[in-house]
Amino acid sequence: MSIVVSALGYTYHPGTPLETVALEDISFQLEPGQWISVVGHTGSGKSTLAQHLNGLLPPQRGSVEVDGIPCRKGEGRLREIRRIVGLVFQYPEQQLFAETVFDEISYAPRNWSCPEQEVERRVRTAAERLGIPEATFQRSPFHFSGGEKRKIAIASVLAASPRYLVLDEPTAGLDTTSRKELLALLKELRSSEGLGILLITHDLEMALEMSSRILLLHEGRRFFWGTPDELLPELTERNAVRLAPPDILALSSRLLSRGCSVPLTWDWETLANALNRDPSFILRKNEADECAS
Amino acid sequence: MRFLNHMTFGQYIPTESLIHRLDPRCKILATTLLLTGIFLADHAVVYILWGVALIVLAGASKLPIRMVLGSARPVLILVLFTGLLHLFFTDGTPLVSVGPLVITREGIRLAAAMSFRLVFLVLFASFLTLTTSPMELADGIESLFSPLVRFGFPAHELAMMMTISLRFIPTLLDETDRIMKAQIARGAMLDQGNFFRRLQSFLPVLIPLFVIVFQRAEDLAVAMESRCYKGGSGRTRMNPLCWKNSDSFALLGVALGIVLAECADRNLSWFVTPLL
Ligand SMILES: Nc1ncnc2c1ncn2[C@@H]1O[C@H](COP(=O)(O)OP(=O)(O)O)[C@@H](O)[C@H]1O
Ligand SMILES: [Mg+2]
Repeated sequence: MSIVVSALGYTYHPGTPLETVALEDISFQLEPGQWISVVGHTGSGKSTLAQHLNGLLPPQRGSVEVDGIPCRKGEGRLREIRRIVGLVFQYPEQQLFAETVFDEISYAPRNWSCPEQEVERRVRTAAERLGIPEATFQRSPFHFSGGEKRKIAIASVLAASPRYLVLDEPTAGLDTTSRKELLALLKELRSSEGLGILLITHDLEMALEMSSRILLLHEGRRFFWGTPDELLPELTERNAVRLAPPDILALSSRLLSRGCSVPLTWDWETLANALNRDPSFILRKNEADECAS
Repeated sequence: MRFLNHMTFGQYIPTESLIHRLDPRCKILATTLLLTGIFLADHAVVYILWGVALIVLAGASKLPIRMVLGSARPVLILVLFTGLLHLFFTDGTPLVSVGPLVITREGIRLAAAMSFRLVFLVLFASFLTLTTSPMELADGIESLFSPLVRFGFPAHELAMMMTISLRFIPTLLDETDRIMKAQIARGAMLDQGNFFRRLQSFLPVLIPLFVIVFQRAEDLAVAMESRCYKGGSGRTRMNPLCWKNSDSFALLGVALGIVLAECADRNLSWFVTPLL
Protein backbone atom coordinates (compact mmCIF):
# COMPACT_ATOMS: atom_id res chain seq x y z
CA MET A 1 0.00 0.00 0.00
CA SER A 2 1.73 3.13 -1.20
CA ILE A 3 2.02 5.58 -4.02
CA VAL A 4 4.97 4.55 -6.15
CA VAL A 5 6.34 6.99 -8.69
CA SER A 6 9.10 5.68 -10.89
CA ALA A 7 11.10 7.42 -13.59
CA LEU A 8 8.18 9.76 -14.22
CA GLY A 9 8.54 12.25 -17.06
CA TYR A 10 6.12 14.73 -18.59
CA THR A 11 6.38 17.27 -21.40
CA TYR A 12 3.75 19.92 -22.13
CA HIS A 13 2.82 20.43 -25.78
CA PRO A 14 5.42 17.99 -27.16
CA GLY A 15 6.47 18.62 -30.73
CA THR A 16 5.33 22.25 -30.81
CA PRO A 17 7.24 25.49 -30.27
CA LEU A 18 5.59 25.62 -26.82
CA GLU A 19 7.24 22.38 -25.75
CA THR A 20 8.19 22.43 -22.05
CA VAL A 21 9.75 19.54 -20.20
CA ALA A 22 8.02 19.80 -16.82
CA LEU A 23 9.23 16.55 -15.22
CA GLU A 24 12.08 14.19 -15.97
CA ASP A 25 13.05 10.94 -14.29
CA ILE A 26 11.27 11.46 -10.95
CA SER A 27 11.10 8.53 -8.54
CA PHE A 28 9.87 8.31 -4.96
CA GLN A 29 7.36 6.58 -2.70
CA LEU A 30 4.68 7.79 -0.34
CA GLU A 31 3.28 5.48 2.31
CA PRO A 32 0.21 6.01 4.49
CA GLY A 33 1.16 7.90 7.65
CA GLN A 34 4.19 9.40 5.98
CA TRP A 35 4.74 13.10 5.39
CA ILE A 36 6.63 14.09 2.28
CA SER A 37 7.38 17.64 1.30
CA VAL A 38 8.03 18.54 -2.30
CA VAL A 39 10.01 21.74 -2.55
CA GLY A 40 11.30 23.65 -5.53
CA HIS A 41 11.15 27.11 -7.00
CA THR A 42 8.28 28.30 -9.22
CA GLY A 43 8.14 26.34 -12.45
CA SER A 44 10.14 23.41 -11.15
CA GLY A 45 7.27 21.03 -11.90
CA LYS A 46 5.64 20.64 -8.48
CA SER A 47 2.06 21.17 -9.63
CA THR A 48 2.57 18.92 -12.63
CA LEU A 49 3.80 16.20 -10.30
CA ALA A 50 0.74 16.64 -8.06
CA GLN A 51 -1.59 16.11 -11.00
CA HIS A 52 0.09 12.81 -11.78
CA LEU A 53 -0.62 11.41 -8.36
CA ASN A 54 -4.34 10.97 -8.93
CA GLY A 55 -4.49 10.31 -12.64
CA LEU A 56 -5.39 13.81 -13.83
CA LEU A 57 -2.33 13.65 -16.05
CA PRO A 58 -1.31 10.25 -17.40
CA PRO A 59 2.47 9.73 -17.30
CA GLN A 60 4.17 10.16 -20.66
CA ARG A 61 7.31 8.42 -19.43
CA GLY A 62 7.73 6.16 -16.43
CA SER A 63 4.82 5.17 -14.22
CA VAL A 64 2.70 6.06 -11.21
CA GLU A 65 0.96 3.42 -9.11
CA VAL A 66 -1.53 4.07 -6.33
CA ASP A 67 -2.04 1.13 -3.98
CA GLY A 68 -1.25 -1.20 -6.83
CA ILE A 69 -3.50 0.50 -9.40
CA PRO A 70 -1.54 1.97 -12.32
CA CYS A 71 -2.43 5.55 -13.29
CA ARG A 72 -2.57 5.51 -17.03
CA LYS A 73 -4.84 6.40 -19.87
CA GLY A 74 -7.77 4.03 -20.23
CA GLU A 75 -7.37 2.58 -16.75
CA GLY A 76 -10.89 1.71 -15.61
CA ARG A 77 -10.17 2.39 -11.95
CA LEU A 78 -9.06 6.00 -12.35
CA ARG A 79 -12.04 7.19 -10.31
CA GLU A 80 -11.05 4.77 -7.58
CA ILE A 81 -7.59 6.36 -7.60
CA ARG A 82 -9.10 9.81 -7.33
CA ARG A 83 -11.03 8.73 -4.27
CA ILE A 84 -7.93 7.26 -2.62
CA VAL A 85 -5.79 10.29 -3.35
CA GLY A 86 -7.35 13.59 -2.32
CA LEU A 87 -5.85 16.47 -4.29
CA VAL A 88 -6.07 20.00 -2.96
CA PHE A 89 -5.14 22.38 -5.75
CA GLN A 90 -3.36 25.65 -5.27
CA TYR A 91 -5.86 28.32 -4.19
CA PRO A 92 -8.60 25.73 -3.71
CA GLU A 93 -11.01 28.45 -2.58
CA GLN A 94 -11.37 29.33 -6.26
CA GLN A 95 -13.22 26.09 -6.91
CA LEU A 96 -16.11 26.80 -4.58
CA PHE A 97 -19.44 26.83 -6.38
CA ALA A 98 -22.24 25.48 -4.19
CA GLU A 99 -25.03 27.44 -2.57
CA THR A 100 -24.26 26.33 0.94
CA VAL A 101 -21.23 25.17 2.85
CA PHE A 102 -22.90 21.82 3.38
CA ASP A 103 -23.45 21.28 -0.35
CA GLU A 104 -19.88 22.28 -1.04
CA ILE A 105 -18.38 19.82 1.40
CA SER A 106 -20.75 17.05 0.36
CA TYR A 107 -19.88 17.48 -3.34
CA ALA A 108 -17.11 14.87 -3.34
CA PRO A 109 -18.83 12.12 -1.30
CA ARG A 110 -22.01 12.54 -3.36
CA ASN A 111 -19.97 12.22 -6.55
CA TRP A 112 -18.82 8.86 -5.28
CA SER A 113 -22.44 7.87 -4.62
CA CYS A 114 -22.22 7.73 -0.86
CA PRO A 115 -25.58 7.01 0.78
CA GLU A 116 -27.11 10.22 2.12
CA GLN A 117 -26.72 9.37 5.82
CA GLU A 118 -23.09 8.52 5.32
CA VAL A 119 -22.65 11.79 3.41
CA GLU A 120 -23.97 13.72 6.35
CA ARG A 121 -21.69 11.92 8.77
CA ARG A 122 -18.66 12.58 6.59
CA VAL A 123 -19.46 16.23 6.11
CA ARG A 124 -19.77 16.65 9.87
CA THR A 125 -16.49 14.85 10.53
CA ALA A 126 -14.59 16.77 7.86
CA ALA A 127 -16.03 20.11 8.99
CA GLU A 128 -15.21 19.36 12.59
CA ARG A 129 -11.64 18.45 11.68
CA LEU A 130 -11.17 21.79 10.00
CA GLY A 131 -12.95 23.75 12.66
CA ILE A 132 -15.92 24.76 10.53
CA PRO A 133 -18.85 25.21 12.94
CA GLU A 134 -22.09 23.44 12.09
CA ALA A 135 -23.97 26.71 12.48
CA THR A 136 -22.44 27.88 9.19
CA PHE A 137 -23.56 24.85 7.14
CA GLN A 138 -26.46 26.68 5.54
CA ARG A 139 -24.53 29.83 4.69
CA SER A 140 -23.02 30.57 1.31
CA PRO A 141 -19.35 29.59 1.05
CA PHE A 142 -18.67 32.83 -0.82
CA HIS A 143 -19.33 34.90 2.30
CA PHE A 144 -16.26 33.72 4.17
CA SER A 145 -12.76 35.11 4.36
CA GLY A 146 -9.97 33.66 2.22
CA GLY A 147 -8.59 31.42 4.94
CA GLU A 148 -12.01 30.08 5.87
CA LYS A 149 -12.90 29.45 2.24
CA ARG A 150 -9.73 27.44 1.93
CA LYS A 151 -10.70 25.36 4.94
CA ILE A 152 -14.08 24.65 3.35
CA ALA A 153 -12.36 23.59 0.15
CA ILE A 154 -9.98 21.29 2.01
CA ALA A 155 -12.88 19.84 4.02
CA SER A 156 -14.62 19.05 0.75
CA VAL A 157 -11.63 16.96 -0.30
CA LEU A 158 -11.33 15.29 3.10
CA ALA A 159 -15.02 14.36 3.04
CA ALA A 160 -14.25 11.79 0.35
CA SER A 161 -12.14 10.07 3.06
CA PRO A 162 -8.96 9.71 1.03
CA ARG A 163 -6.01 7.58 2.13
CA TYR A 164 -3.50 10.12 0.87
CA LEU A 165 -3.74 13.87 0.77
CA VAL A 166 -1.78 15.87 -1.79
CA LEU A 167 -1.76 19.60 -1.13
CA ASP A 168 -0.37 22.11 -3.62
CA GLU A 169 1.01 25.09 -1.70
CA PRO A 170 -1.87 25.06 0.78
CA THR A 171 -0.45 27.91 2.84
CA ALA A 172 0.16 30.32 -0.03
CA GLY A 173 -1.48 33.64 0.72
CA LEU A 174 -2.54 32.73 4.26
CA ASP A 175 -1.59 34.79 7.29
CA THR A 176 0.82 33.28 9.80
CA THR A 177 -1.86 32.17 12.25
CA SER A 178 -4.01 30.40 9.67
CA ARG A 179 -0.89 28.84 8.28
CA LYS A 180 0.14 27.39 11.61
CA GLU A 181 -3.41 26.22 12.25
CA LEU A 182 -3.56 24.47 8.92
CA LEU A 183 -0.23 22.74 9.43
CA ALA A 184 -1.17 21.63 12.94
CA LEU A 185 -4.34 20.20 11.51
CA LEU A 186 -2.51 18.26 8.83
CA LYS A 187 -0.15 16.88 11.47
CA GLU A 188 -3.14 15.79 13.49
CA LEU A 189 -4.76 14.12 10.47
CA ARG A 190 -1.60 12.27 9.77
CA SER A 191 -1.16 10.92 13.26
CA SER A 192 -4.82 10.20 14.08
CA GLU A 193 -5.98 8.75 10.77
CA GLY A 194 -2.70 7.61 9.31
CA LEU A 195 -3.17 9.77 6.23
CA GLY A 196 -0.20 9.90 3.88
CA ILE A 197 0.54 13.55 3.23
CA LEU A 198 2.39 15.05 0.33
CA LEU A 199 2.81 18.75 0.84
CA ILE A 200 4.02 20.99 -1.96
CA THR A 201 5.69 24.17 -0.83
CA HIS A 202 8.52 26.50 -1.60
CA ASP A 203 9.04 27.17 2.07
CA LEU A 204 12.11 25.18 3.10
CA GLU A 205 11.54 25.89 6.76
CA MET A 206 8.15 24.23 6.70
CA ALA A 207 9.57 21.27 4.82
CA LEU A 208 12.50 20.82 7.19
CA GLU A 209 10.23 20.98 10.20
CA MET A 210 7.43 18.67 9.19
CA SER A 211 8.55 16.01 6.79
CA SER A 212 9.78 12.49 7.11
CA ARG A 213 11.18 12.90 3.61
CA ILE A 214 11.88 15.79 1.31
CA LEU A 215 11.83 15.76 -2.47
CA LEU A 216 13.61 18.75 -3.93
CA LEU A 217 12.81 19.49 -7.56
CA HIS A 218 14.94 21.63 -9.77
CA GLU A 219 13.89 22.27 -13.36
CA GLY A 220 11.75 19.17 -13.38
CA ARG A 221 14.46 16.88 -12.07
CA ARG A 222 14.97 15.28 -8.70
CA PHE A 223 17.67 17.39 -7.10
CA PHE A 224 17.42 15.74 -3.71
CA TRP A 225 15.45 12.93 -2.06
CA GLY A 226 16.03 12.09 1.59
CA THR A 227 15.44 13.07 5.19
CA PRO A 228 15.57 16.69 6.34
CA ASP A 229 18.85 15.99 8.15
CA GLU A 230 20.47 14.91 4.93
CA LEU A 231 19.22 17.93 3.02
CA LEU A 232 21.21 20.61 4.78
CA PRO A 233 24.69 19.60 3.59
CA GLU A 234 23.29 19.50 0.05
CA LEU A 235 22.07 23.02 0.24
CA THR A 236 25.47 24.57 -0.44
CA GLU A 237 24.39 24.72 -4.02
CA ARG A 238 21.17 26.34 -3.02
CA ASN A 239 21.66 29.19 -5.42
CA ALA A 240 21.25 26.66 -8.15
CA VAL A 241 17.87 25.64 -6.79
CA ARG A 242 16.89 29.20 -5.94
CA LEU A 243 15.51 28.47 -2.49
CA ALA A 244 16.20 30.68 0.49
CA PRO A 245 17.48 28.80 3.54
CA PRO A 246 15.21 29.23 6.56
CA ASP A 247 15.94 32.27 8.73
CA ILE A 248 16.14 30.02 11.74
CA LEU A 249 19.25 28.40 10.27
CA ALA A 250 20.94 31.74 9.81
CA LEU A 251 20.13 32.57 13.40
CA SER A 252 21.37 29.21 14.68
CA SER A 253 24.52 29.59 12.68
CA ARG A 254 25.23 32.92 14.29
CA LEU A 255 24.51 31.59 17.75
CA LEU A 256 26.77 28.61 17.14
CA SER A 257 29.54 30.81 15.86
CA ARG A 258 29.46 32.68 19.15
CA GLY A 259 29.87 29.47 21.04
CA CYS A 260 26.26 29.18 22.20
CA SER A 261 24.86 25.67 22.20
CA VAL A 262 21.97 25.18 19.84
CA PRO A 263 20.07 21.87 19.85
CA LEU A 264 20.58 21.08 16.18
CA THR A 265 21.76 17.98 14.41
CA TRP A 266 24.34 19.88 12.41
CA ASP A 267 27.69 21.37 13.35
CA TRP A 268 28.10 24.98 12.52
CA GLU A 269 30.47 24.53 9.62
CA THR A 270 27.86 22.53 7.76
CA LEU A 271 25.41 25.23 8.61
CA ALA A 272 27.66 28.02 7.44
CA ASN A 273 28.30 26.06 4.26
CA ALA A 274 24.63 25.66 3.75
CA LEU A 275 24.33 29.39 4.09
CA ASN A 276 27.01 29.61 1.44
CA ARG A 277 29.32 31.79 3.44
CA ASP A 278 32.62 30.89 4.93
CA PRO A 279 32.46 30.57 8.73
CA SER A 280 34.88 33.41 9.29
CA PHE A 281 32.57 35.74 7.42
CA ILE A 282 29.85 35.11 9.95
CA LEU A 283 32.36 35.60 12.76
CA ARG A 284 33.55 38.83 11.27
CA LYS A 285 30.01 39.98 10.69
CA ASN A 286 29.17 39.26 14.31
CA GLU A 287 32.14 41.27 15.50
CA ALA A 288 31.09 44.10 13.28
CA ASP A 289 27.60 43.89 14.71
CA GLU A 290 28.98 44.03 18.22
CA CYS A 291 31.14 47.04 17.42
CA ALA A 292 28.12 48.77 15.99
CA SER A 293 25.99 48.17 19.04
CA MET B 1 -5.88 13.74 -19.20
CA ARG B 2 -5.24 16.83 -21.30
CA PHE B 3 -8.52 18.64 -21.49
CA LEU B 4 -8.02 21.80 -23.45
CA ASN B 5 -4.58 21.28 -24.89
CA HIS B 6 -5.50 21.34 -28.54
CA MET B 7 -6.71 24.88 -28.68
CA THR B 8 -4.44 26.85 -30.97
CA PHE B 9 -7.10 29.17 -32.36
CA GLY B 10 -6.43 32.74 -31.33
CA GLN B 11 -2.98 31.99 -30.00
CA TYR B 12 0.18 33.88 -30.92
CA ILE B 13 3.33 31.85 -31.53
CA PRO B 14 6.37 34.09 -31.70
CA THR B 15 8.97 32.74 -34.12
CA GLU B 16 11.40 35.17 -35.67
CA SER B 17 10.15 34.90 -39.24
CA LEU B 18 9.73 37.31 -42.13
CA ILE B 19 5.98 37.10 -41.80
CA HIS B 20 6.10 37.89 -38.10
CA ARG B 21 8.10 41.01 -38.87
CA LEU B 22 5.59 42.42 -41.36
CA ASP B 23 3.54 45.44 -40.37
CA PRO B 24 0.29 44.33 -38.70
CA ARG B 25 -1.69 46.61 -41.02
CA CYS B 26 -0.21 44.78 -43.99
CA LYS B 27 -1.15 41.42 -42.47
CA ILE B 28 -4.68 42.55 -41.63
CA LEU B 29 -5.28 43.92 -45.12
CA ALA B 30 -3.73 40.85 -46.72
CA THR B 31 -5.91 38.58 -44.60
CA THR B 32 -9.01 40.54 -45.55
CA LEU B 33 -8.08 40.16 -49.19
CA LEU B 34 -7.40 36.46 -48.74
CA LEU B 35 -10.76 35.92 -47.06
CA THR B 36 -12.48 37.73 -49.95
CA GLY B 37 -10.51 35.63 -52.39
CA ILE B 38 -11.65 32.47 -50.68
CA PHE B 39 -15.27 33.53 -50.95
CA LEU B 40 -14.88 34.22 -54.64
CA ALA B 41 -13.39 30.82 -55.43
CA ASP B 42 -15.73 28.28 -57.01
CA HIS B 43 -13.47 25.51 -58.21
CA ALA B 44 -11.98 22.67 -56.22
CA VAL B 45 -8.72 23.27 -58.09
CA VAL B 46 -8.55 26.82 -56.74
CA TYR B 47 -9.13 25.60 -53.22
CA ILE B 48 -6.21 23.24 -53.64
CA LEU B 49 -4.12 26.25 -54.69
CA TRP B 50 -5.22 28.04 -51.51
CA GLY B 51 -4.15 24.99 -49.51
CA VAL B 52 -0.73 25.09 -51.14
CA ALA B 53 -0.51 28.82 -50.41
CA LEU B 54 -1.30 28.14 -46.76
CA ILE B 55 1.44 25.51 -46.52
CA VAL B 56 3.95 27.86 -48.13
CA LEU B 57 2.93 30.65 -45.71
CA ALA B 58 3.24 28.30 -42.74
CA GLY B 59 6.74 27.36 -43.89
CA ALA B 60 7.68 31.00 -44.37
CA SER B 61 6.54 31.83 -40.85
CA LYS B 62 8.38 28.84 -39.34
CA LEU B 63 5.21 27.40 -37.83
CA PRO B 64 4.69 23.63 -37.89
CA ILE B 65 1.98 22.84 -40.42
CA ARG B 66 0.25 20.60 -37.87
CA MET B 67 -0.21 23.53 -35.58
CA VAL B 68 -1.66 25.74 -38.32
CA LEU B 69 -4.07 23.02 -39.39
CA GLY B 70 -4.91 22.27 -35.76
CA SER B 71 -6.40 25.72 -35.41
CA ALA B 72 -9.39 24.58 -37.49
CA ARG B 73 -10.19 21.87 -34.96
CA PRO B 74 -12.65 23.90 -32.85
CA VAL B 75 -14.87 24.59 -35.88
CA LEU B 76 -14.85 21.08 -37.35
CA ILE B 77 -18.23 20.30 -35.79
CA LEU B 78 -19.69 23.45 -37.29
CA VAL B 79 -18.22 22.56 -40.68
CA LEU B 80 -19.63 19.06 -40.47
CA PHE B 81 -23.03 20.42 -39.47
CA THR B 82 -23.30 22.99 -42.27
CA GLY B 83 -21.87 20.44 -44.70
CA LEU B 84 -24.58 17.91 -43.83
CA LEU B 85 -27.30 20.54 -43.98
CA HIS B 86 -26.27 21.53 -47.50
CA LEU B 87 -25.80 17.92 -48.50
CA PHE B 88 -29.35 16.88 -47.64
CA PHE B 89 -31.41 20.03 -48.11
CA THR B 90 -30.38 21.36 -51.51
CA ASP B 91 -32.81 21.04 -54.40
CA GLY B 92 -31.50 19.78 -57.70
CA THR B 93 -30.76 16.64 -59.67
CA PRO B 94 -31.21 13.68 -57.28
CA LEU B 95 -28.33 11.20 -57.16
CA VAL B 96 -28.98 8.95 -54.16
CA SER B 97 -31.89 8.79 -51.78
CA VAL B 98 -31.73 7.31 -48.31
CA GLY B 99 -35.28 7.10 -46.98
CA PRO B 100 -36.67 10.63 -46.88
CA LEU B 101 -33.23 12.13 -47.42
CA VAL B 102 -32.19 12.94 -50.96
CA ILE B 103 -28.66 13.76 -51.98
CA THR B 104 -28.47 15.90 -55.07
CA ARG B 105 -25.57 16.75 -57.32
CA GLU B 106 -25.94 20.41 -56.36
CA GLY B 107 -26.07 19.41 -52.68
CA ILE B 108 -22.71 17.66 -52.87
CA ARG B 109 -21.15 20.65 -54.61
CA LEU B 110 -22.61 23.15 -52.18
CA ALA B 111 -21.60 21.07 -49.17
CA ALA B 112 -18.03 20.73 -50.43
CA ALA B 113 -17.75 24.42 -51.32
CA MET B 114 -19.17 25.61 -48.00
CA SER B 115 -16.96 23.28 -45.99
CA PHE B 116 -13.85 24.37 -47.89
CA ARG B 117 -14.75 28.01 -47.42
CA LEU B 118 -15.38 27.71 -43.71
CA VAL B 119 -12.21 25.73 -43.07
CA PHE B 120 -10.02 28.07 -45.10
CA LEU B 121 -11.65 31.09 -43.51
CA VAL B 122 -10.74 29.87 -40.06
CA LEU B 123 -7.28 28.72 -41.15
CA PHE B 124 -6.32 32.06 -42.67
CA ALA B 125 -7.87 34.05 -39.85
CA SER B 126 -6.03 32.05 -37.23
CA PHE B 127 -2.88 32.32 -39.30
CA LEU B 128 -3.12 36.06 -38.72
CA THR B 129 -3.33 35.64 -34.95
CA LEU B 130 -0.62 32.97 -34.95
CA THR B 131 1.85 35.38 -36.54
CA THR B 132 0.71 38.70 -35.06
CA SER B 133 0.75 39.49 -31.36
CA PRO B 134 -2.52 40.80 -29.91
CA MET B 135 -0.81 44.11 -29.23
CA GLU B 136 0.26 44.54 -32.86
CA LEU B 137 -3.14 43.40 -34.03
CA ALA B 138 -4.91 46.02 -31.97
CA ASP B 139 -2.46 48.71 -33.05
CA GLY B 140 -3.04 47.76 -36.64
CA ILE B 141 -6.81 47.86 -36.34
CA GLU B 142 -6.70 51.15 -34.50
CA SER B 143 -4.49 52.64 -37.17
CA LEU B 144 -6.63 51.31 -40.03
CA PHE B 145 -9.81 52.68 -38.48
CA SER B 146 -8.30 55.97 -37.38
CA PRO B 147 -9.68 57.93 -40.38
CA LEU B 148 -13.15 57.18 -39.01
CA VAL B 149 -12.42 58.71 -35.60
CA ARG B 150 -13.57 62.15 -36.73
CA PHE B 151 -17.01 60.66 -37.38
CA GLY B 152 -17.12 59.44 -33.79
CA PHE B 153 -15.97 55.90 -34.44
CA PRO B 154 -14.36 54.50 -31.24
CA ALA B 155 -11.25 53.08 -32.94
CA HIS B 156 -9.04 53.12 -29.89
CA GLU B 157 -11.65 51.66 -27.54
CA LEU B 158 -12.42 48.93 -30.03
CA ALA B 159 -8.74 48.07 -30.33
CA MET B 160 -8.29 48.06 -26.56
CA MET B 161 -11.30 45.79 -26.03
CA MET B 162 -9.94 43.44 -28.64
CA THR B 163 -6.47 43.36 -27.13
CA ILE B 164 -7.86 42.58 -23.73
CA SER B 165 -10.15 39.81 -24.94
CA LEU B 166 -7.44 38.23 -27.05
CA ARG B 167 -4.97 38.56 -24.22
CA PHE B 168 -7.29 36.74 -21.84
CA ILE B 169 -8.35 33.84 -24.05
CA PRO B 170 -5.34 31.66 -23.14
CA THR B 171 -5.58 32.70 -19.50
CA LEU B 172 -9.23 31.73 -19.37
CA LEU B 173 -8.52 28.42 -21.06
CA ASP B 174 -5.86 27.72 -18.44
CA GLU B 175 -8.25 28.67 -15.65
CA THR B 176 -10.99 26.47 -17.10
CA ASP B 177 -8.57 23.59 -17.36
CA ARG B 178 -7.48 24.06 -13.78
CA ILE B 179 -11.02 24.25 -12.40
CA MET B 180 -12.13 21.25 -14.44
CA LYS B 181 -9.23 19.25 -13.07
CA ALA B 182 -9.98 20.36 -9.53
CA GLN B 183 -13.62 19.27 -9.81
CA ILE B 184 -12.66 15.98 -11.45
CA ALA B 185 -10.27 15.42 -8.55
CA ARG B 186 -13.34 15.81 -6.35
CA GLY B 187 -15.08 13.08 -8.32
CA ALA B 188 -16.99 15.16 -10.87
CA MET B 189 -17.99 13.32 -14.03
CA LEU B 190 -17.95 16.04 -16.64
CA ASP B 191 -18.16 13.94 -19.75
CA GLN B 192 -21.04 11.58 -19.09
CA GLY B 193 -24.79 11.59 -19.53
CA ASN B 194 -26.98 13.46 -21.98
CA PHE B 195 -26.77 17.14 -22.84
CA PHE B 196 -28.71 18.42 -19.85
CA ARG B 197 -26.91 16.16 -17.40
CA ARG B 198 -23.65 17.48 -18.78
CA LEU B 199 -24.76 21.05 -18.57
CA GLN B 200 -25.74 20.48 -14.97
CA SER B 201 -22.49 18.77 -14.10
CA PHE B 202 -20.69 21.71 -15.67
CA LEU B 203 -22.10 24.18 -13.17
CA PRO B 204 -19.25 23.46 -10.72
CA VAL B 205 -16.90 24.60 -13.48
CA LEU B 206 -18.90 27.55 -14.79
CA ILE B 207 -19.66 29.21 -11.48
CA PRO B 208 -16.05 29.46 -10.26
CA LEU B 209 -15.04 30.55 -13.76
CA PHE B 210 -17.52 33.43 -13.67
CA VAL B 211 -16.30 34.46 -10.26
CA ILE B 212 -12.71 34.49 -11.53
CA VAL B 213 -13.60 36.36 -14.72
CA PHE B 214 -15.39 39.14 -12.88
CA GLN B 215 -12.60 39.35 -10.36
CA ARG B 216 -10.04 39.66 -13.14
CA ALA B 217 -12.04 42.28 -15.01
CA GLU B 218 -12.37 44.30 -11.85
CA ASP B 219 -8.65 44.00 -11.07
CA LEU B 220 -7.71 45.00 -14.58
CA ALA B 221 -10.00 48.03 -14.56
CA VAL B 222 -8.58 49.19 -11.24
CA ALA B 223 -5.02 48.63 -12.43
CA MET B 224 -5.63 50.62 -15.61
CA GLU B 225 -7.40 53.44 -13.84
CA SER B 226 -4.78 53.71 -11.14
CA ARG B 227 -2.23 54.23 -13.88
CA CYS B 228 -4.32 57.07 -15.31
CA TYR B 229 -5.62 55.28 -18.39
CA LYS B 230 -8.18 57.57 -19.98
CA GLY B 231 -8.65 56.37 -23.53
CA GLY B 232 -6.83 56.93 -26.78
CA SER B 233 -6.35 60.66 -27.34
CA GLY B 234 -2.90 61.89 -26.40
CA ARG B 235 -1.48 58.46 -25.65
CA THR B 236 1.95 57.83 -27.08
CA ARG B 237 3.19 54.43 -28.25
CA MET B 238 6.25 52.49 -27.38
CA ASN B 239 6.57 50.95 -30.83
CA PRO B 240 4.98 53.21 -33.44
CA LEU B 241 3.91 51.26 -36.51
CA CYS B 242 6.20 51.61 -39.46
CA TRP B 243 5.22 50.62 -42.97
CA LYS B 244 8.22 49.30 -44.89
CA ASN B 245 8.84 48.43 -48.50
CA SER B 246 8.59 44.76 -47.65
CA ASP B 247 5.02 45.40 -46.46
CA SER B 248 4.07 47.00 -49.76
CA PHE B 249 5.61 44.10 -51.64
CA ALA B 250 3.88 41.50 -49.50
CA LEU B 251 0.49 43.17 -49.87
CA LEU B 252 1.01 43.58 -53.58
CA GLY B 253 2.03 39.94 -53.84
CA VAL B 254 -1.10 38.77 -52.05
CA ALA B 255 -3.33 41.03 -54.16
CA LEU B 256 -1.70 39.74 -57.32
CA GLY B 257 -2.12 36.15 -56.16
CA ILE B 258 -5.79 36.71 -55.54
CA VAL B 259 -6.36 38.36 -58.91
CA LEU B 260 -4.58 35.47 -60.63
CA ALA B 261 -6.57 32.91 -58.63
CA GLU B 262 -9.80 34.70 -59.52
CA CYS B 263 -8.85 34.81 -63.22
CA ALA B 264 -8.06 31.12 -63.09
CA ASP B 265 -11.34 30.51 -61.30
CA ARG B 266 -13.34 32.23 -64.04
CA ASN B 267 -11.51 30.59 -66.93
CA LEU B 268 -11.50 27.12 -65.42
CA SER B 269 -15.23 26.97 -66.14
CA TRP B 270 -14.27 26.34 -69.75
CA PHE B 271 -12.70 23.03 -68.75
CA VAL B 272 -14.31 21.80 -65.52
CA THR B 273 -17.63 22.49 -63.89
CA PRO B 274 -17.35 24.71 -60.82
CA LEU B 275 -18.46 23.60 -57.36
CA LEU B 276 -20.88 26.50 -57.29
N1 LIG C 1 -0.91 23.73 -18.76
C1 LIG C 1 0.37 23.97 -19.09
N2 LIG C 1 0.72 24.14 -20.38
C2 LIG C 1 1.99 24.37 -20.73
N3 LIG C 1 3.02 24.43 -19.87
C3 LIG C 1 2.75 24.28 -18.57
C4 LIG C 1 1.41 24.05 -18.10
N4 LIG C 1 1.45 23.93 -16.76
C5 LIG C 1 2.74 24.09 -16.41
N5 LIG C 1 3.53 24.30 -17.49
C6 LIG C 1 4.99 24.49 -17.49
O1 LIG C 1 5.58 23.38 -16.86
C7 LIG C 1 6.61 23.78 -15.96
C8 LIG C 1 6.28 23.30 -14.56
O2 LIG C 1 5.14 23.97 -14.09
P1 LIG C 1 4.45 23.64 -12.70
O3 LIG C 1 4.31 22.19 -12.56
O4 LIG C 1 3.22 24.47 -12.60
O5 LIG C 1 5.56 24.18 -11.67
P2 LIG C 1 5.40 24.64 -10.16
O6 LIG C 1 4.09 24.17 -9.63
O7 LIG C 1 6.59 24.06 -9.47
O8 LIG C 1 5.48 26.14 -10.17
C9 LIG C 1 6.69 25.30 -16.06
O9 LIG C 1 7.76 25.60 -16.92
C10 LIG C 1 5.37 25.70 -16.66
O10 LIG C 1 5.53 26.84 -17.46
MG1 LIG D 1 2.51 25.28 -8.80
